[in-house]
Amino acid sequence: MFWNEEAECMNKEEKEKIQLERLQKTVKLAYENVEFYKKRFDKIGLKPEDIKTLKDIEKIPFTTKSDLREAYPLGLLAVPREEIVEVHASSGTTGKPTVTAYTQNDLDIWGECIARGLKMADAEQDYIIQNAYGYGLFTGGFGIHHGGNKMGAITIPISAGNTRRQLDTMVDFQSEILTCTPSYAMYLGESREKAGIALEDINLKAGIHGAEMWTDEMRKRIETSLGIKTHNIYGLTEVMGPGVAQECNCQNGMHIQDDHFYPEIINSETGATLDYGEKGELVLTSLTKTGMPILRFRTKDLTSLIGEKCECGRTTVRMTRITGRSDDMLKIKGVMVFPSQIEKALLKVAGASPNYMIHVTRPDILDEVEVKVEASKELFSDEMKEMERVEKQIQASIRSETGIRMDVTIVEPESLPRSEGKAVRVIDERNL
Amino acid sequence: MAVKQISIFVENKEGRIKKAIDTLAKQDINIRALSIADTTKYGILRLIVSDNAKAIETLENNGFIVKENEVIILAVPDEPNGLNSTLAVFDDKDINLEYLYAFASSKTDKAIVVMRLENMEKAIDALKESNIKILDNEDIKDL
Repeated sequence: MFWNEEAECMNKEEKEKIQLERLQKTVKLAYENVEFYKKRFDKIGLKPEDIKTLKDIEKIPFTTKSDLREAYPLGLLAVPREEIVEVHASSGTTGKPTVTAYTQNDLDIWGECIARGLKMADAEQDYIIQNAYGYGLFTGGFGIHHGGNKMGAITIPISAGNTRRQLDTMVDFQSEILTCTPSYAMYLGESREKAGIALEDINLKAGIHGAEMWTDEMRKRIETSLGIKTHNIYGLTEVMGPGVAQECNCQNGMHIQDDHFYPEIINSETGATLDYGEKGELVLTSLTKTGMPILRFRTKDLTSLIGEKCECGRTTVRMTRITGRSDDMLKIKGVMVFPSQIEKALLKVAGASPNYMIHVTRPDILDEVEVKVEASKELFSDEMKEMERVEKQIQASIRSETGIRMDVTIVEPESLPRSEGKAVRVIDERNL
Repeated sequence: MAVKQISIFVENKEGRIKKAIDTLAKQDINIRALSIADTTKYGILRLIVSDNAKAIETLENNGFIVKENEVIILAVPDEPNGLNSTLAVFDDKDINLEYLYAFASSKTDKAIVVMRLENMEKAIDALKESNIKILDNEDIKDL
C-alpha cells in the first residue's frame, strides 16, 4: 500500500532530475535569504549556480548543530516571519535548544512524509492512531499528528505517559496504530501483561517507534507483548522531525523520503563522502522546505545507505538502523563502545531490563566502567548466590558484545535518571 | 509445612530500608522476623510478615521488587548445641543451607530459626524423619 506511489516508486533518472532541480532551488533560497549560508558560500567563493549536478552538493560546507545553536532562536529563516506558522525545538539537554520553524508548506511536507509512513504500516482512513509521542516543543507528537490529519485517519492526541489511560484507550477505542518511543512501547507491553489485559482485548496492528535508539531484541519484545508489527521511524528536529525515513513491512532499512531530503554518508573524521553500503555519518539536505532550508546537516547518526529497490516496490533510498552517534561513541580502554551494544547485551540476558546507565571514570590511569542495570522481578532472587550469578551473566554478555570487562551493578527499578522521557545512558567523568 | 517469606531488593542507598518498612507499617502489616543479606551495592531484605498478599501489593505499588518463596521455620531448644542438632539432620543427608536467620520470642523459650535450603523437599522430608516439628502459619501467628 502506498500513500504516494509516484514519488515512492519513481525510477532513478526521474528521481535524480527532481532532486537536482529541488536542490538548486533550495540552495538559491538559502543563499539569497539566509545570512549564515551566504557568508559560508562567499567565504569559499561558491555560488548557487555552481551546483550543476547532484555530485556538486559536496562543494557545500556542512552545517552543524552548533551552527544552529548560534542562530538561536530564529536566525536561519529564509522567509519573512509572517509566513512561519509553527515552531519546534530539541530538548537542549546538551546546550541551547535547536529550533526549527515551519511554513504551511513545510507542515504539508511533514504531513506527507508521515502519511507515507502510516501507509507503510498499512494504516487506513478509518484507523485509530493512538499517538503517545509527547506533544509540545518535541517534534514527535505534532509530527505524527500532522501526518494522521493528512491521511485522514483518526488521531488520538493522548501524548506520552499515563499508562493506565493508554491501556484503557487501547481497549475502549480499539486503536489500530500505536505511535510512541520504543522504550515506552515496551513499557506499555509489559504493563498490559501486568494489568491482565489479553492480547485479544486490544486491536493494535502496527507500531511506529523512534526518537531513541533501539535494537532488534527490543523489537521482538514489543512485537510479542503488543501483538503488532513495528516500524522504525527516523527524523530529527534540526531537519524536520520524525518522518524523514521509516521502515515498510519488510523491516529492512528505513525508506528515506528522498524527494524531500537528500541523504549522504560521510566519514565523520575526514568529511569525505562515502559510497552506498559503507558505514558513516548521515548528512541530510532538505529539498523542499522553505521556512528553514537546511544544507548538508551533520546528523552525527551512524548508518549506511541501501540503494537497491525494496521488495515492497519502493525505490526510495533506505538507511540501516542507527547503530550509534558519532558523538555518543565512547572510547574505553582504547576500544570504541556504543551504548546500543550494552542494550543489546542486556537484552540477551533473560529478565535483564534494557534500562541501564554507563558510568565511566578514570580513578588513576586506567578507565573503569560501571554499568548500572535496573532490577526486574525476573532478575531478582532472595538468594545472594543467584544474584551474583545474574551479575556475572550480564557481565559476560557485555564482554562478548564489547570486548571489555565492565562492573555490573543492579539498582532499583525506575532509579536511573531520565530526561524528558529519554533515558540518560552515559555519564563520563573522565577528565580527558 | 513451609511458610512463605517475602524478599525485597534494596539498593545500598540512604533510607531505602526505612522506606520499605514504612510502606508496610502504613498498611498495618506486622513484621514477625527480618534479616538483611548485604553486599556493598545492594541488600536483600527478607521478611516474615502477617499478610504476604497485602505486603507484596503495597510494596510493588511503591516501586519495590518483591519475591515470595518458601522457607522452613523451626523452634530449636535455646541451649548449647540446640541449633547444631538440627543442622546435623541436613548434614547427614547432604542438603546445603542457603541462608538462615533466627529470632527469639517472648512467648516461647525456644529460639525460632528461619532457613532456606538448596533442596526444600528433601529438607522437609529429613526433618519429618527426625520428628522435628516444622512450624506452620498458625504456629507463627502466636509467636
